[in-house]
Amino acid sequence: MTPHLTAFQDGLAAALRPGGMPGTPVPPPQWLAALAAQPGFAVYRNTVAQGCLDALRANYPTVRQLLGADCFDGAARAFVRHSPPTDGRLLLYGAGFAAHLAHWAPTAALHYLPGVARLDRLWTESHCAADAALATPALLAALPPEALGQQCLRPHPAARWLWCARHPVYTLWRRHREALPLDAPLPWQGEGALLTRPESAVCWCALDAAGCTLLEQCAHGLPLGEAATATLHTHPGAELGALLALLLRAGALTPAIA
Amino acid sequence: MATTPPLGAGLGLKPQHYEDAFALQAGGLWWELHPENYGVGGGPRLAWLEALRTRHPLSLHGVSLSLAADAPPDAAQLERLAQLARRVEPALISEHLAWSAWRGQYLPDLLPFPRNHAALARIGANIARVQDRLGRAIAIENPAHYLHLAGHDWGETDFLAELVRRSGCALLLDVNNVYVSAHNLGTRAEDYLDAFPLHAVAEIHLAGHHADPQWGDTLLIDSHDAPVAEPVWALYERVLARAGRAIPTLIERDAEVPPLAELMAERDRAQGLLAAAQSQEAAS
Repeated sequence: MTPHLTAFQDGLAAALRPGGMPGTPVPPPQWLAALAAQPGFAVYRNTVAQGCLDALRANYPTVRQLLGADCFDGAARAFVRHSPPTDGRLLLYGAGFAAHLAHWAPTAALHYLPGVARLDRLWTESHCAADAALATPALLAALPPEALGQQCLRPHPAARWLWCARHPVYTLWRRHREALPLDAPLPWQGEGALLTRPESAVCWCALDAAGCTLLEQCAHGLPLGEAATATLHTHPGAELGALLALLLRAGALTPAIA
Repeated sequence: MATTPPLGAGLGLKPQHYEDAFALQAGGLWWELHPENYGVGGGPRLAWLEALRTRHPLSLHGVSLSLAADAPPDAAQLERLAQLARRVEPALISEHLAWSAWRGQYLPDLLPFPRNHAALARIGANIARVQDRLGRAIAIENPAHYLHLAGHDWGETDFLAELVRRSGCALLLDVNNVYVSAHNLGTRAEDYLDAFPLHAVAEIHLAGHHADPQWGDTLLIDSHDAPVAEPVWALYERVLARAGRAIPTLIERDAEVPPLAELMAERDRAQGLLAAAQSQEAAS
């Protein structure tokens, strides 16, 4: 006999979810076994699994290029088993994939891979972020010098940045994104990246550790003068004028609402 | 205020066709999209839609509101749908007679359920909640079926008619789903269509299907990866003849997406049939 709607959905969801659901009765109830015995049952199971896999393939294209299709699918299926989608917006699925790659045994030794995965994720976040006005170089140029330090700028909602101290993840990432030659020399050193959306498309450029710190300080709400002081504290050699110009040109900042 | 042209035959909006979609001019053309792909804070996706809506009518076709789950629709998701509807002012909003979200997880499919009296009450209430928030009727689509399920108190056409009566919703008749389901369940598509409450149909879907790789022709999949099959066109003509009116019709293609010209050729075929239905309606 088919159960109450809630019990039906508990049972079918558990049977269809890749990896199953906690608390699933074993063996399955008779009504569920009768469904699972039909050829059509696999259509649902395959559609659910394929939908999750396709979303991760679409959202982590650079990781997929680096790993190859087969290894990527293995990593993705393992991720889906413990972190299935929670939202119909599959373009946002896979927030924890970078951490998964760091721990999943077949990729755990690829220490640069989580950083590349984070950049794929940051691209999605930038692409989908809210619109906002850009703080332009002209806006700051119009200020008297003594007012500059008091100016509060915030990271633009579509600005994302990442500093990776040990691996050249930005170069690895952009070589694939931009279809650049993959055999060019690659100095193995720390790198950072800035992703912004100054117009409609997501753009990226290199950003050093001081630039990332400056953005962090702006995100904490500090006025430019204090943000600069804090940045110089951790990066004494930082060229703040050049950094600020880079951030403004890239569209990384927005005027704070007073 | 400008008058809205009547909806004829439309196409599903694919990202690779954005620019061409904007430029196309064709009688009755409109575009349908999944609101899930536009549930974002800002950026190019919403900008594309806002540009496109100045040129063509749009339709929001949800796949994850999970109206047949034994739970109310997710409040945040409903709010996003309402915001998107306010932003792009779609000509149509639709969802499925199915479920896909359950206990905080999303299963990317349109899942079946026993059409019993409790399910009718739950789904009727869920539709009412959505329509109250949106301030308008939505259309509910018949899904494709692959399983013989015990415990139905209602046939699907009667179940849909009762939802229309209770909630004031409209219906979206997916003719390919009717064909695929009848084939898979061993029933007659013509019988289903003859019993379908056509008076409530606000939109028709046409799509391609394929045979299951393992089971062959005994199991058809609603795959949206091929042109509309000839038997489905024949059923579509039968529906239009019985309805006696032109009904906005969408060609769906979600995989193996061909150049837009190929999709437009299918769309033009539907548009021609709609024009014929319209002139028959005018003559009668």
